[in-house]
Amino acid sequence: MTEVALVIDGVDVVVNEGVTLLDACRSIAKQQPTLCYLETLAPVNVCRVCVVEVEGSRTLVPSCSRKVEGGMVVQTDSERVRHSRRVVFEMLASSVNLALVDHPTREWMESYNVDPARFGPPAAPTSDRDQRHAGHHGEVVGGAAETVHQPIKVDNSLYVRDYSRCILCYKCVEACGDDAQNTFAIAVAGRGFDARISTEFDVTLPEGACVFCGNCIGVCPTGALMFRSEHELRQADLWEEDRQSVTRTVCSFCGVGCNLELHVQDNRIVKVTSPQDHSVTEGHLCIKGRFGYEYVQELGDLASTPVDVVLRRARSDS
Amino acid sequence: MFGAGGGTSSYEEIETTSVIFLWGSNARAAHPIFFHHLLRGLHNGARLYVVDPRRSESARWADMWMGIDVGSDIALANAMANVIIERGLANHDFVNNATTGFEAYAKTVAGYPLERAAEITGIPGDAIEQAAIAYATAATAQIVWTLGITEHHNATDNVLALTNLALLTGHVGRYGSGLVPLRGQNNVQGGGDMGAIPNKLPGFQDVEDPVLRGRVEEIWGRPIPPEKGWHLTQMFEACHAKMLRGLYVIGENPADSEADSTHAREGLASLDFMVVEDIFMTSTAEMADVVLPAAADWAESEGTVTSSERRVQRVRKALDPPGEAKTDLEIISRLAEAMGAGWGLPTAEEVWDELRRVSPLHTGMSYRRLDELGGIQWPCYDENHPGEKFIHHRLWKVPVEGPPAPFFPVEWVAPVDRLTDKFPLRMTTGRHLDGFNTGVQSGGFDSPIRVGGTIDLSPEDAERLAIAPGEMVQVISRRGQVEVPARIDSSLREGLVFMAVHYSETADVNRLTIEAWDPKSGTAEFKATAVRVEKAGV
Amino acid sequence: MDLRFMADEPSAVERAVIARLIDPVESRNGQVVRGGHAARGHRHLLLPALAAVQSELGWVSRGALNEICRRLLVPPAEAYGVASFYALISTDPRPAEVTHVCDDIACRQVGGLDLLSQPSGGEVVTTPCLGQCDRRPAMFVQRAGGQDEVLVSGPPATVHAGPLLRRVGKVDPSSLADFRKQGGFEGLRRAQDIGAEAVVAEVKKAALKGRGGAAFPTGVKWEAVANEPAPRYLVCNADESEPGTFKDRVVMEGDPFAVIEAITIAAFATGCEKAYIYVRGEYPLATSRITAAMAASREAGLLGELEIEVFRGQGAYICGEETALFNSIEGFRGEPRQKPPFPAQAGLFGRPTVINNVETLINIPEIVLGGGDAYASVGTPDSTGTRLFCLSGDLARPGTYEIEMGRTLGDLVELAGGFAGEPKAILLGGAAGFFVSSDYLSMPLTFEDARARGVTLGSGVVMAFNHDRDMHDIVRRVARFFRDESCGQCVPCRVGTVRIEEAVARARSAPIDRPLIADLDRAMKDASICGLGHTAASVVQSAMAMGLI
Repeated sequence: MTEVALVIDGVDVVVNEGVTLLDACRSIAKQQPTLCYLETLAPVNVCRVCVVEVEGSRTLVPSCSRKVEGGMVVQTDSERVRHSRRVVFEMLASSVNLALVDHPTREWMESYNVDPARFGPPAAPTSDRDQRHAGHHGEVVGGAAETVHQPIKVDNSLYVRDYSRCILCYKCVEACGDDAQNTFAIAVAGRGFDARISTEFDVTLPEGACVFCGNCIGVCPTGALMFRSEHELRQADLWEEDRQSVTRTVCSFCGVGCNLELHVQDNRIVKVTSPQDHSVTEGHLCIKGRFGYEYVQELGDLASTPVDVVLRRARSDS
Repeated sequence: MFGAGGGTSSYEEIETTSVIFLWGSNARAAHPIFFHHLLRGLHNGARLYVVDPRRSESARWADMWMGIDVGSDIALANAMANVIIERGLANHDFVNNATTGFEAYAKTVAGYPLERAAEITGIPGDAIEQAAIAYATAATAQIVWTLGITEHHNATDNVLALTNLALLTGHVGRYGSGLVPLRGQNNVQGGGDMGAIPNKLPGFQDVEDPVLRGRVEEIWGRPIPPEKGWHLTQMFEACHAKMLRGLYVIGENPADSEADSTHAREGLASLDFMVVEDIFMTSTAEMADVVLPAAADWAESEGTVTSSERRVQRVRKALDPPGEAKTDLEIISRLAEAMGAGWGLPTAEEVWDELRRVSPLHTGMSYRRLDELGGIQWPCYDENHPGEKFIHHRLWKVPVEGPPAPFFPVEWVAPVDRLTDKFPLRMTTGRHLDGFNTGVQSGGFDSPIRVGGTIDLSPEDAERLAIAPGEMVQVISRRGQVEVPARIDSSLREGLVFMAVHYSETADVNRLTIEAWDPKSGTAEFKATAVRVEKAGV
Repeated sequence: MDLRFMADEPSAVERAVIARLIDPVESRNGQVVRGGHAARGHRHLLLPALAAVQSELGWVSRGALNEICRRLLVPPAEAYGVASFYALISTDPRPAEVTHVCDDIACRQVGGLDLLSQPSGGEVVTTPCLGQCDRRPAMFVQRAGGQDEVLVSGPPATVHAGPLLRRVGKVDPSSLADFRKQGGFEGLRRAQDIGAEAVVAEVKKAALKGRGGAAFPTGVKWEAVANEPAPRYLVCNADESEPGTFKDRVVMEGDPFAVIEAITIAAFATGCEKAYIYVRGEYPLATSRITAAMAASREAGLLGELEIEVFRGQGAYICGEETALFNSIEGFRGEPRQKPPFPAQAGLFGRPTVINNVETLINIPEIVLGGGDAYASVGTPDSTGTRLFCLSGDLARPGTYEIEMGRTLGDLVELAGGFAGEPKAILLGGAAGFFVSSDYLSMPLTFEDARARGVTLGSGVVMAFNHDRDMHDIVRRVARFFRDESCGQCVPCRVGTVRIEEAVARARSAPIDRPLIADLDRAMKDASICGLGHTAASVVQSAMAMGLI
């Protein structure tokens, strides 16, 4: 394999041809913020928080998708880079509920002194986002910063979709589409600020093509897509990640050998995920592996007790 | 296959192979994550041929779907072989070097010219020809199968018909080319690997080979009965013949899962004594003299399971088992204690380390390495061995390393349960995406896509019988009948009906199925039942 | 594919419309179905199918979308994502007649807004620029089951012709014979005589630069594609949607065979086996004339083996961006792609692709006939040939003006009869361009002079505004335009265009927040995927700089 030499933040780096600038940065332990990037999905380079400065390039370039070239001189922390990342984070934070983004993202936002309030107070939630027509939008007076805040969608027993938290990173679409599940139950609809993740004609998930594999939830970086069980525990203020253990095991529902991560709180499974770094699943599961655990919950002295009652009792005992 | 019972290839190989035959498998529903790998293969340009009586979810992705008549797989495979030989597309270098019995095989498949095969299979000759050429001329090709091949009275012959094709074309023992049986449960493969089959010790060591048996006897410090045991169907025959008087059932529910369940239950009822060890109070457990409540293997116990790509992986305890339930290991150890064996209460790792001494295929797989490597694919002979992505590369050594692989010529035989005027419809069985086996486990969650137990009819049959969607109907076979709602399914064609296996309480398919079983493997012919469908209450 | 469709069935009419366009993609022979890769390869019919239903029924119902998806094996969610991307397609029921009244910067000054409240047989909605600024105000009528039509109120516009426009207004646009009588298709014959490589060499010698805005040397682009492996595609970008721009429409309506001849030469020179002409949906007359010209040329055997397809846009400015245009043809949402790779390496259907706009292409026959050197002797060394400018707004004689590059902006204004009223500002280059003052009248109209002064010639827009105009209203309309036309894919553009519009709106009653605009503009320039985001705040910035807002 051919090797390529480049300079990142003054450091000489040699990497294999064909890797991305993000890979090259990581090879020298220089982390970059990312939102729409995931190792197991094709880069869509839409969130633009991973942009870096490449000498000779008119604009900044997305490190997640740009391939290395010999002789590149790259800045990942220049004033220009910091500026773009700050403003992009401000745009997101001023329009989307980012309360559930991961810890590293929060740290990046702090390090860039992100101030979403500079665009004005957030506008009130709206309920017509799924009906908007491309090329047309309502009168803008500028008093408040428009947001994507809207009612949460609860239309089935397994998932909730809270698009007030959606940054439109396309990951769920990719995971549901040809990067993994190939079910294509959801896509981006509409245009511009009114672009949104949608089923055909905004039908409910059970009416649409969804097969409830949960792989969209598995890749969502902002908590916009969530297991209904987690959502309800959070609503009841019973979701306590610091009390949860995560145990890796193998799914029992067929012979493929998918690895599961069982998230257990007070001896109850509260969520099932799959490790992204495992060659069999790459983080993806089917409906059985993701949700088929209920039968081990129903046994014993806890038989038929709703999970929130059990957890509430466990908390009062501890 | 060729000495060791496991899929020859890794899932990753299907992502870059050229031609894929999915034969008697609806992996999209039954093995969804394997199908992810297959889909990546399609996106990378692989051509997919699906052999399935139903135009299943999987078949809808196919470049060519071959809607074979149920139970005619051998005729199709032999006809393909005949095309390949006649057109000079056999891999003669490979055949000469690595196989035996080609002449007899060629003679057998010569009895399957296209016209005859088309007659038997329902597949037009030009399609058979196209499939054969595609397989033979592919740079690499995989044949993947599941129960559509093995749940027949001639299951072993079906498998041999496919392995013969691979030998004929050299599509085995190379990266990207292979034979991939997908397993239905997380440790079907591991159970066999560990010796939980009548004729093998752990690591596929023949129990009737005195040298191999002696080695294991030495490690275990106990004599091992020198003859192979009964497989499942033989056990039921032995029940009925009063030769089997006591049974210890671990994690199986034969009262529901056996074909012709009425007959199976009679066999269990005739026993003097039955112990059932299970995580559920199953129908079988209801009949037991003693029930031992067990912990779920995948969430409440420690151990290993082995997947369809021979990957040994650890299962781990995440939950305390409920009530008095104990792990299978603890139950067996305590039983052994009670019998005075003096095993104590070994940990899962201690048991595994003993297995590593017994089975050369697993020797290099310490728990530490299994953790570090995300599982290891057998064989793994020592702690420096990474395991093998694909097996049987020895067949490509010139001269071949070890014994050559024999062709086993096989002839087509029609399904046992004949179609007649009284039972004119061919019923086959299968799985739904959100269901699992008899449904005891998968029934526990609230699936938004659950279809439930139905008899699925082609639009043509539904119209002919004047049956509306959702209407309750009687499905009647020579052995029994069930009343279920009808569902109209355009993936079926006239004369073919379908039932899923997951709904024993509401749609007990095994009241209908036939117990005709394969003498070599002991699997029953779940896939081919003759039925008629009548409007309920007529 | 194991797609799941909706239960909705199409009406008989919908079914017939769709069946006319789409043959079955899978073939069945008893118990065998052949499908797979071949069946999945018809996605490019998606937008034409949606457009056909829209055109016949006035909207795309669930049953119709479902039927299209079943026939093409396209997931309904994706088809809905595509349908809802375009302004001219409605997924809600609509009256048979929908009038799109232009309320954009040219039309809104002269009664365009009043048209909105005029009585109509159906629904009246606003639309961004319809490319009729020279005959403003304008509206576009979509008629279900009938002919779409553009209605203009202004007097006929001026065409100031040079070599490129010489036949406009003088040739019968429906007559191949007339076109040939006036020198048409001689360029093609000459190209065939000298051979493909020689044509590319002449274009390089001519130093022709792309007229779409990026000013990339056309010959270099062609050579790159010609050196890539087949199959290759050629795309004529006729999705002229930049507010204030109408020159390509004037060419297509007035001299459509010239476009066909140019495409045929370009495809010949670069070894492309198929060409597309992507015409914006609001140009029904240009579409029909180009289509007729193409058919007549093919019938006359002039196209040889070349297949040309006229592809009608459906109301999305962003599809003028070359990679968004590719996605649109391929049946995906018109979202631009990150470059590299560039179209010459991986363009339409992932293949090497030449993409030029109409104005660039119609230079080709001149270059081939007169030679590259002769062509390059016109204009300046870095800006050769003539250029089409779209003059509109407060000028005496709005219209399309072809002048040698290097003449000044003042010359151009003078040609158009000078300002009507006291000039306040000139919009140069389009909505993605800049406001400039009278100081710029001395600027030679060349790529290099524009660059040196920090502006752009863009799509050749020169729109004048006199002192009576409400510039805040104009700038706000531009901000609104970009917010509506952003594809929504990347964050800086999707949110940035909203924040800019909000900031401009606030500036009606308070001083504009200059640092905020500057920050947004900078981040959008630096971090957006495509030119829309890069240029969306330019007009606002230049208006601020001139004190217009």
